[in-house]
Amino acid sequence: MATPVHAEINGKSRTFASDPNTSLLFALREELGLTGTKYGCGEGQCGACTILLNGTPRRSCQLSVADGAGKSILTIEGFEQNGQLHPVQQAFLDQGAFQCAYCTSGMIVTSVALLHNNSSPSESEIVQALEGNICRCGAHPRIIAAVQQAAKAMHGGRS
Amino acid sequence: MSRAPEQWAIEPERYELRSTALHQFNLQRRDFFKVMGAGIAIFTVAADAISAQESGVRHGRGDQDQPKDISSWLHIGDDGTVTACTGKVEVGQNTRTTLAQSVADELRVPLSSIRMVMGDTALTPFDMGTFGSRSTPYMSPQLRRAASAARDLLLEQAAAEWKTAPDKLRVSEGKITNLASGATLTYAQLAQGKTLAHDMPDSDPITPPAQWTVAGKPVPKIAARAFVTGQHQFTPDLRPADLLHGKVLRPPAFGAKLVSADLSAAQAAPGVVVVRDADFIAAAAPTERAAERAIAAIHAEWRTQPQTSSKVLYSYLKENLDTEENQKPHEKGSAANGLAKAAHQLEQTYTVGYIAHTPLEPRAAVAEWKDQRLTVWTGTQRPFGVQEELSAALHLPKDRVRVIVPDTGSAYGGKHTADAALEAARLARAANRPVKIVWTREEEFTWSYFRPAGVIEIKGGIAADGKLTAWEFHNYNSGGSGIQTPYDVANQLIQFHPANSPLRQGSYRGLAATANHFARESAMDELAHAAQIDPLEFRMKNLTDSRLRAVFESAAKSFGWPQKKNHAGQGSGMGGGVEKGGYVATFAEIAADKTSGEIRVVRVVTAFECGAIVNPDGLRNQVIGANIMGLGGALFEAIEFENGKITNPHFAQYRVPRFRDIPQMEAVLLDRKDLPPAGAGETPIVGLAPAIGNAIFDATGIRLRSLPMVPHGLNATKASA
Repeated sequence: MATPVHAEINGKSRTFASDPNTSLLFALREELGLTGTKYGCGEGQCGACTILLNGTPRRSCQLSVADGAGKSILTIEGFEQNGQLHPVQQAFLDQGAFQCAYCTSGMIVTSVALLHNNSSPSESEIVQALEGNICRCGAHPRIIAAVQQAAKAMHGGRS
Repeated sequence: MSRAPEQWAIEPERYELRSTALHQFNLQRRDFFKVMGAGIAIFTVAADAISAQESGVRHGRGDQDQPKDISSWLHIGDDGTVTACTGKVEVGQNTRTTLAQSVADELRVPLSSIRMVMGDTALTPFDMGTFGSRSTPYMSPQLRRAASAARDLLLEQAAAEWKTAPDKLRVSEGKITNLASGATLTYAQLAQGKTLAHDMPDSDPITPPAQWTVAGKPVPKIAARAFVTGQHQFTPDLRPADLLHGKVLRPPAFGAKLVSADLSAAQAAPGVVVVRDADFIAAAAPTERAAERAIAAIHAEWRTQPQTSSKVLYSYLKENLDTEENQKPHEKGSAANGLAKAAHQLEQTYTVGYIAHTPLEPRAAVAEWKDQRLTVWTGTQRPFGVQEELSAALHLPKDRVRVIVPDTGSAYGGKHTADAALEAARLARAANRPVKIVWTREEEFTWSYFRPAGVIEIKGGIAADGKLTAWEFHNYNSGGSGIQTPYDVANQLIQFHPANSPLRQGSYRGLAATANHFARESAMDELAHAAQIDPLEFRMKNLTDSRLRAVFESAAKSFGWPQKKNHAGQGSGMGGGVEKGGYVATFAEIAADKTSGEIRVVRVVTAFECGAIVNPDGLRNQVIGANIMGLGGALFEAIEFENGKITNPHFAQYRVPRFRDIPQMEAVLLDRKDLPPAGAGETPIVGLAPAIGNAIFDATGIRLRSLPMVPHGLNATKASA
């Protein structure tokens, strides 16, 4: 039996029962019940499974449980604090930046990472950051507007 | 009796995910109040003309215990909660919200008191399915009429209580006010202790759009918070206890026949259940990986047959017509005579490739058997169709099959069939445990069905004054939706010719209307150029339909037509039409890079009119979304195949629109409060491809007559043309 993998997930120390070779996406969803992270393609092409691994957006379908060892993992379930939505979540809600909303988790996680590194991205920087995330319903203009709204809200909060 | 027994309680939004206790439940009238609790109910009876269209004709097989005559219902509980029930499903088109708005509007209650129960074969009345842009024009008035009848019933109750006449009372905000005394009674108070059920009267008037208060306003998606927090559970997110994960052994090519299979290695793996049933071989295991390994350990031999290729698709379709299914042509005057006397003639062929729906939530199902009854959760547009397929395939009476549709990660016409549901159900029966099947993206690209490819041949003639004299239009394989021309032509011959498709094909957003509009609106542009008339002026010269004229005029105004060219490679064009009660005109501006051959769509303006607008925010989202989706089919999406295999079954090979492809988008919504609302999920997609094609011609002088137009850029298209 391989050594169990420990990681900090959404701020809590957790131990995976899954084999370290298991897809991280599968383990998060099926073992830990964090089903907000979605399977879209399993090929790292659509961004629906995006999580933050030590703060960096990564495709969890391309990672194994072992890749998470000793690291901090943040999933869509980890952004709400004491019933308060993260400004990016709030902005998606305010802008109605979805239709079926299956891509939404990945869009929000990617946007949070963008705004962490760049507090006031230009439109083309937003486009570039979200280029790897597919939305089939065509909510793109609203998603861009949501990121812009969140940038303003977060920037405003800091200054 | 004040509350429904706990196990029957319907929780908003989440009810479908953990209501296993409902297995035995089939909604019968005599049980209705046991299930729903005390209150006031209105049944919509399918015998009436409008609801019958939506409820279709039941096949009468094994469904005696379902109320055949009811097509929707509405219940007002003694806590004031309004539950409206319909077999329609939510797949991102926002129907849950717009139907709730209509019910709230008609019942004069706040939107927050409405619970929509949707897409559950045990709870909701039979419905053919959520397709064809029918929910708003057919289900919405039906629910409105039920709500209107409920309101009348409540008024009667209040009038009896106060010993006055209903016309001395006023209804607003979920309560009834006695105008004389100022006393009020809430709906909850009136429903207290009652078990009053009425059928909807034949002709109950509904509130005209001009008097709407909740409908007609931009309302956010119901329960949207669950989507931004990751809490909403789509089908793949369900995890019942003891769940196994299923994988199916896929044949190496379409139509392959299983010759032999050695399952021993797979069967030897611990915890793995392997099923072989005719040509179906699948495995269920505690993890997806273990199921994949089991499938990989199966040695199977298949017999395949040589099959055609996407490289020769269009000649194949013309050579493989299905003459038995041949459709009667639509004829008016004589197209031949009209052509003979034309000053300018056009004879051209247009083609469209197969495209995939690629909903981001792949086809998926969770199946669970209990006491010889099957429950399947699956993202489908046809819960009752899936129930029927499961019943037939598993030789099970329909009353033992329950299909539940969690709000689904999109469909676009692609989720009509029971494929994943059947696979999960078959495995779950063998494993005697719940089984989840989630198709991989490659399976999704291969084993689903595609929007039909097609060949369209057009002959058009115009007189010297620019009036159309003849219109001949033949569509091979792609379909008959939107095939009729909205323009005024005295001589017409229009025909759809079915063919034997080399790929499994089916519904798609807008169906063939996209292909037919691409061909027709491109040809109209060609004719306008032949006659040296401005393309907008040419259309208007041949168009009397005032609603279509209005969208062309509105879009032209917002777009700024005709557009002055400021730089090389700039071009603009238009396309539009009428389909499923919606009127659309789309104008596009493109930029062509002469050196690289790259075509960039810079700006898109779409004017859309579908009668009275129920939810302007949702409609805007649909109009913009349809155009963005349409970019893919217009520019680069095409399924490639060879010898029974899809050769580009990955997002890395099959290009869908991404952020960098998105132009500046504008939707101009024309609200016709004097007209009943039509559907809007499909028609806004049809104007985009011709608008882009016509803009490319305007910019480069190159006429592209095949969708997708520039899968590898303009230079590659030119080279192969």
